[in-house]
Amino acid sequence: MRIKLHVWRQDSRTDKGRMESYELDNVEAEMSFLEMMDCLNEKLTAEGAVPVAFDHDCREGVCGSCSMVINGEAHGPKAETTTCQLYMRHFSDGAEIFIEPWRSSAFPVVKDLVVDRSAFDRIIQAGGFISNHSGPKPEPNSIPIEPEVAETALDAATCIGCGACVAACPNGSAMLFTAAKASHLGLLPQGQTERYSRAQSMVSQMEAEGFGSCRNYAECEAQCPKGISIAFIGQLNSDFLKASLIEPVDRRGKMESQ
Amino acid sequence: MLTLDSKIPGGPIKDAWTKHKNELRLVGPKNRPKYKIIVIGSGLAGASAAASMGAMGYRVECFCFQDSPRRAHSIAAQGGINASKNYRNDGDSTWRLFHDTQKGGDYRAREQNVYRLAELSTAIIDQAVAQGVPFAREYGGKLANRSFGGVLVERTFYCRGETGQQLLLGAYSALEEQIAAKQVKMHTRTEMLDLVVVDGKAQGVVVRNLETGEISSHAADAVVLASGGYGNVYYLSTNAKGCNVTSNFRAYRRGAGFANPCFTQIHPTSIPASGDYQSKLTLMSESLRNDGRIWVPRDPDENRAPANIPEAERFYYLEERYPRFGNLVPRDVAARNAKEVCDKGLGVGPTGYGVYLDFEAAIAEKGVDAVKSKYANLFEMYERITDDDPTQTPMRIYPAVHYTMGGLWVDYNLMTNVPGLYSIGESNFADHGANRLGASSLMQCLADGYFIIPVTIGDYLSRIEAGQFSTDDPAFKQAEDGAKDQINRLLSIGGSRTTQSFHQELGKIMWEHCGISRNEESLREGLRKIPALREEFWRDLKLPGKANELNQSLENAGRMVDFLDFGELMCRDALLRDESCGCHLREEHQTPEGEAKRDDKNFAYVSVFEYKGEGHEPELNKEKLSFEAVPLADRNYKS
Repeated sequence: MRIKLHVWRQDSRTDKGRMESYELDNVEAEMSFLEMMDCLNEKLTAEGAVPVAFDHDCREGVCGSCSMVINGEAHGPKAETTTCQLYMRHFSDGAEIFIEPWRSSAFPVVKDLVVDRSAFDRIIQAGGFISNHSGPKPEPNSIPIEPEVAETALDAATCIGCGACVAACPNGSAMLFTAAKASHLGLLPQGQTERYSRAQSMVSQMEAEGFGSCRNYAECEAQCPKGISIAFIGQLNSDFLKASLIEPVDRRGKMESQ
Repeated sequence: MLTLDSKIPGGPIKDAWTKHKNELRLVGPKNRPKYKIIVIGSGLAGASAAASMGAMGYRVECFCFQDSPRRAHSIAAQGGINASKNYRNDGDSTWRLFHDTQKGGDYRAREQNVYRLAELSTAIIDQAVAQGVPFAREYGGKLANRSFGGVLVERTFYCRGETGQQLLLGAYSALEEQIAAKQVKMHTRTEMLDLVVVDGKAQGVVVRNLETGEISSHAADAVVLASGGYGNVYYLSTNAKGCNVTSNFRAYRRGAGFANPCFTQIHPTSIPASGDYQSKLTLMSESLRNDGRIWVPRDPDENRAPANIPEAERFYYLEERYPRFGNLVPRDVAARNAKEVCDKGLGVGPTGYGVYLDFEAAIAEKGVDAVKSKYANLFEMYERITDDDPTQTPMRIYPAVHYTMGGLWVDYNLMTNVPGLYSIGESNFADHGANRLGASSLMQCLADGYFIIPVTIGDYLSRIEAGQFSTDDPAFKQAEDGAKDQINRLLSIGGSRTTQSFHQELGKIMWEHCGISRNEESLREGLRKIPALREEFWRDLKLPGKANELNQSLENAGRMVDFLDFGELMCRDALLRDESCGCHLREEHQTPEGEAKRDDKNFAYVSVFEYKGEGHEPELNKEKLSFEAVPLADRNYKS
């Protein structure tokens, strides 16, 4: 295969950036998209040019590092597929491919296709956990969990935190990411104690990071490589609403003053 | 000569850990904030250790090279985690799990460590469930189990085929909780380049900020390496692209002993490579072997589609050779058998290096939906990569480098021979001997991180004065200069070959000379080829970009420097271990059936290598292993 690439190049956070075009011969159908990018980088290096920076690690669709908008879609044209699991057989000979980084003011571009997604970590810090210390815990079978509930929690927990939902959303909202974690924990009996405070603090943090609001475009679900359902956004909204009807209690503050 | 005091507690093995814990010195809650601990790596071991120690009150700084701690490669573990809960009432116990792990490791691990691992296994499940890890449940809402290779009980807990992801997200959420509480300071996109040792004690690290290229020093009262395995020395492996040996190797160069470097697990069920551009291999969880039958055509010239080959013309080689365990033989046995049938020309697929893993029988018995639901995301992943549907046509699989049992030598407290330097998870050598059983790596990482190091580190810290180390010590400046020098040297070579091409060549040397099976002549050849390649690397590397920017080519080149030195150490270890054991098959030492033949009289020890300086041969030290609880026996999976 012979393909033409248009790739976003940006030297640093402050650089304005531009699209650059490259041609690549000898692309094979069985290559993964990132292996094609490796070939491009080998070629650029050989020519004395600077290779394209992009995040990647596990290359099996689970670490959530890879993050490319390919022909206008987060992770490219194939549904429920991360960039690293996309294969060149999904493109035709002579194809023209546009590759850009995630676009969102909450995900500043660091270099080329690499963006800063630390906002996601801060949303988790705001409450995406069940408070715990390491040590003896109750016997798990003493709290039976319906398999359906456990499976639904896992459907939400399967989020890889890649940020495609944000890149796909016309508003740059991080609701799907936030809802997936809040729902995963909120569905399980272990997560009930902090359920409502969690919904509130995670949503507040999401807003503080500069992500937009959800307006039900559902592009996030359509482009999520793990197919996470926007039904979880409904659940988060419901928990958030309930939380705002309950008088907020700052348990942590009280505990510290004891 | 290294001083290798393993600090194994005496007395009956069943009480060893409890007794040891009771005798360890502790640091009181008021004093813990005075101590600073550096953790390198944020996978299952690193994240669980950082979170646990942070929650106890220590000041923890955690470093990872990824953009978020959640991306560490533990995330990719598929199949499950072992725990001897005995929920299935099938005779499981701590003793059985210990015995299976020790037998699986072919008696090249320390008994007391392995027993402790089995003892802690059940608490890990409790901890994970409390964090909200959504393990599979049965209809009554109780936890479900499945069985894994090399054992006769069902003790593996799982979340579909994404158990590692869920356990890591559990540990990550605990870590983020501690980051929010300001107990842990996280440094992402930061890579350790050197360890600083002053007066014989680990006092800190030198790191590079991967975004700005800035080199900085960090001092601490103790340093914990949780930097994972080094399978990428083979270039192609199931490891993530970023996995590397640098922090471990730098610690080795600063005096830490490197134990059993040659013990590499080759996983039997990975998707075969399709061409030279292949950048990594993808594992198919071996849990698939529960329902899949492995076979190749009996006729080397077979060219029919697999479905059209009649039963009698299929060679179910594992079932025929190992009737009791069948397709569930341990990983190394399955891997060697696959290579052997392919070397005989029976392999399938375009390269001839593949065997079938067939679900036809399971589908006929249980129905396509039942089989699909058990392995949903694995089937999906396979189809995504190969464009074949495993419910319609058998999978093609081939062995791939997967896990490295070797690592830094540690004592029972998980401390290396350098005081104040600890190593946990895959980066140490401790628990898996010469081979690791399936679903045991997650268990080990979390036992180390949640339950062992939080207690044992106090014993060391309580004996030293807090905060006596500072980055003002000239050793930090020296280490920083060394790191900068290497970067400048790499950038100024101005040759013609890329890091990737060198890495691919090193990988081929390692696979050919130090791979699934090894022999003296071939290892000696490997030991000749690697230095030649290293010389060429330092003469002809082409490295684009600058030092003070995000430069992935530079990151890879830096890791490659250590892989080149380390590959040589692996070959040396494989050569000196003139016996077969577990994954390490020396062709000179095998049974007539091609099984590993141990030499307990001469090799029942841990090989611990000591760095002797550039250009000098490392010195082999030995930690003798004793086998009191489980007497030495041949590893026999046939009857």
